[in-house]
Amino acid sequence: MKHTPFFSLHQKHKAKIVPFGGFEMPIHYTSILEEHKKVRTNVGVFDVSHMGEFFVTGKNAQSFLQKITINDVTKLVPGKAQYSAMCLENGNIIDDLLVYMLAENSYMVVVNASNIEKDFQWMQKHLLEQVELINKSDETSLLAVQGPDSEKVLQQLTKSDLKNIPYYNFVQGKFADVEMIISRTGYTGELGFELYFDAQHSEKIWNAIFEKGKAYNIAPIGLGARDTLRLEMGYCLYGNDIDETSNPLEANLGWITKISKGDFIGKSALEKVKANGVQRKLVGLVLQEKSVPRHGYEIFKGEKSIGTVTSGTFSPSLEQGIAMGYIPTEYSSAGTTVQVDIRGKKINAVVTQVPFLKK
Amino acid sequence: MNIPENLKYTKDHEWIRVEGNAGYIGITEYAQGELGDVIFVELPAIGKKFQHGEIFGTIEAVKTVSDLYSPIGGEIMEVNKAVQETPEIVNKDPYGKGWMVKIKIDNPKELETLLSADGYKKIIAQ
Repeated sequence: MKHTPFFSLHQKHKAKIVPFGGFEMPIHYTSILEEHKKVRTNVGVFDVSHMGEFFVTGKNAQSFLQKITINDVTKLVPGKAQYSAMCLENGNIIDDLLVYMLAENSYMVVVNASNIEKDFQWMQKHLLEQVELINKSDETSLLAVQGPDSEKVLQQLTKSDLKNIPYYNFVQGKFADVEMIISRTGYTGELGFELYFDAQHSEKIWNAIFEKGKAYNIAPIGLGARDTLRLEMGYCLYGNDIDETSNPLEANLGWITKISKGDFIGKSALEKVKANGVQRKLVGLVLQEKSVPRHGYEIFKGEKSIGTVTSGTFSPSLEQGIAMGYIPTEYSSAGTTVQVDIRGKKINAVVTQVPFLKK
Repeated sequence: MNIPENLKYTKDHEWIRVEGNAGYIGITEYAQGELGDVIFVELPAIGKKFQHGEIFGTIEAVKTVSDLYSPIGGEIMEVNKAVQETPEIVNKDPYGKGWMVKIKIDNPKELETLLSADGYKKIIAQ
């Protein structure tokens, strides 16, 4: 098992540690409910250094990324980031990722921890001439600072004007005297920032944030709350909601699938899917009784099994069971009642547009 | 870790406090810590009978769900309404306010098969 540079700090904060994506990571420090609420009402800090960072440079960097990702990289300008995915030739998802345009011919690609090796190999296999691809995952630390007070906490540590960074934009500047990428992104649905920096500064940056955050009751947040927060927003988790058996069109990721952008890996397969219409769709489900749907539970329409829950939890904000899962398109319109088999009991659930948490 | 001496334990992390021919049943402090935030508890109806080791209820936590195993055979005399209304007391006070059910003990001899506080301590140390 690998450790992020913050591992000893997690232990100091009495984290409960679990294996995740090849790393030993904090699942919670105090309690998932408390940490969830902290991010929705104040501010919390997530160590997400297990994520992978690849740097793509060179004359053909843009063409290369245009070929291997499904979103339109030519829409990026320096200082902008983009949510995207890599697909197989058959249109199914290798990984979902972020593409940051750092400068002309220079990009950073952020991938899921459990896919670092797989993604890197895939990218190397499809590399173009005059493109350099470097994996800096081990040398890069990533902290997500999320919540309504995140901007006020972080602004004390940088001259970069944080309130003028729009969503999915970033700046490269000094923060607590360390050069880093300050990105207005996150996985919680709250105002928040993600900080990418050289791992050697990890402890210094963590301590600076916690010192300035003290007045706002800042707290470290584990993967448990990260999961409940993202699920309330209906964000996909690779390995649960999307994987190499699902394509972006059925996973509600049509908005990042730019079929008309020119050639890319998976294009012809996705064109066909689009022309024929998807057979199944990833939908949101809200349980109608006090019950908790979980990954792997079966979804029914009456007696007929129609799908499986890919992610499910108790929503701390809504105080209801919420889930996502694939069901045939004919049942996928909002308002349709289906059932989730919860340990032998079929509980009604209503198909609901995500995000579950409307803000 | 708090493991009261006056209780008997199962390897599935339940405890029983014997009072006469009846016993109060709950989950241990270790169990509540492993489960994390309890969001609700499903308990049986009064009068239902359970064998030693049989599932008598379930605990749903945010991250996971767990069955409750009866440490002893008997008939449910009482269920703790408070844990159904305010399940967080299972986390806060697992040996006190967070008890689950009161059971009428069929065969007190079965109590001898349960773990002492020391025996249970060894199980969770593994």
